[in-house]
Amino acid sequence: MGPFTYVRAVDPVEAVGVVSADPGAAFLAGGTTQLDLMKDGVLSPEKLVDITRLPLRGIARTGTTIRVGALTTMEELAADPTVAVRVPFVREALLAGASVQLRNMATIGGNLLQRARCRYFRDPSVAACNKRERGSGCAAIDGVQRMHAILGTSPHCVALHASDVAVPLIALDALVHTRGTDGTRTVPLTGFYLPPGDTPDVENVLRRGELITAVEIPLPAERTRTHYLKVRDRASYEFALTSAAVAVELDGTTITGARVALGGVGTVPWRAWDAEDVLRGATVGRDAFREAAEVTLAGARPLPGTAFKVELAKRTLIRALETVTGAP
Amino acid sequence: MKTREEALSRLGASVGVEFGVNGVRRRVGVEGRVTLLDWLRDELGLTGVKKGCDQGACGACTVLVDGKRVVACLMLVAQCDGREVTTVEGVAGVGEAGAVQDAFVRHDAFQCGYCTPGQIMSAIALIGEGRAGTREEIAEFMSGNLCRCGAYPRIRDAIVDAAGGEVG
Repeated sequence: MGPFTYVRAVDPVEAVGVVSADPGAAFLAGGTTQLDLMKDGVLSPEKLVDITRLPLRGIARTGTTIRVGALTTMEELAADPTVAVRVPFVREALLAGASVQLRNMATIGGNLLQRARCRYFRDPSVAACNKRERGSGCAAIDGVQRMHAILGTSPHCVALHASDVAVPLIALDALVHTRGTDGTRTVPLTGFYLPPGDTPDVENVLRRGELITAVEIPLPAERTRTHYLKVRDRASYEFALTSAAVAVELDGTTITGARVALGGVGTVPWRAWDAEDVLRGATVGRDAFREAAEVTLAGARPLPGTAFKVELAKRTLIRALETVTGAP
Repeated sequence: MKTREEALSRLGASVGVEFGVNGVRRRVGVEGRVTLLDWLRDELGLTGVKKGCDQGACGACTVLVDGKRVVACLMLVAQCDGREVTTVEGVAGVGEAGAVQDAFVRHDAFQCGYCTPGQIMSAIALIGEGRAGTREEIAEFMSGNLCRCGAYPRIRDAIVDAAGGEVG
């Protein structure tokens, strides 16, 4: 890790001011992505503003939403009783993501901003990476492809968004509260991430120095059942090959409400709007689930090395829907 | 930002940190980029904290910060201000072994031993978290500690034993 100026922030407004004014500055929260990428030489900020002492921690229930301070750790959020009872798939996704050690460090704000796991992005000895340097090319498209995205890709980038918890959060229409130099604003998570297009280095709508202060999780109706299914190369502590977050409301065997998102397949956490349209009003069963899966992956653009993910993602979604509805 | 703090911590300059390590209060000046892992090993000689992958993947550098298990390779010393850090050297008196360490010896829960301090620190936290109820639970919540010798079955035996369960 190269040298940098370390600054311990004591006030959110000042922290935002420092990073906004200095192109060489970055925030430091849990550090599990930031320090890792600095060791690898992918990031080399001249100044790190440590925000971990800011009063942005804790979980508050307010009526029909849960407001989660951005510095709340993954372990803390997973342990929240309201999360466990009302949106258990958020808890499942948190516990399926990373190890306990990392979950004790990683914050919910940082989780949403985690960088791609693409091995070409993470290896500065590879010159071609449009995410590291716009216009330099993409070594991943012709490289080892197994962990890349199949939805939302562009000819310039196929890097996957690897967050687990962002998948149920985007299904729930979570809101991201931020503070910038112009004050505070609220961005829906569904509009927070930007697909790579021809600027893969721009990953979200945050402006320089804009800080996530809280994530707001709307609670679905009490009778909603949820489930997060993650498929991976080993049983624990591994990134998703594919995953599915589903939340459904049933009236008998009729699906009256459905929220669906996929992980492991998109350049951004993938909200499956078309699947929701198929499922709403449908009868619980393999026919509707298969159709929902087909429409979701209809736009997939796999590489030879990711072709297996298309059917795997469909089956992951079908299995998740079977589990959550108790379908035979 | 406080200008005094900023001045103290210019590029590569020393940051003032006051924290506890194994019950001893420390006041140190340390460069911003120094990780807790490197500092514990190089400055305090606490070489029970192992450097495995140095990227948060293997768990060999697991220590407790304010009682919670973390990986010391992805934490800066500067971030430890006001915290209490516990390493494997701090879990029992000098020349003594804690209950989890005893169980690891009894069950021969290692081969080369490199991952063992991290396994022990993680296991102590695991038992405190109430996650040592079944072998399956132990396997899941110890998955952040890799053992390349593959001593997992005996590690699980040791943890079941230390947690007061029946070793089957």
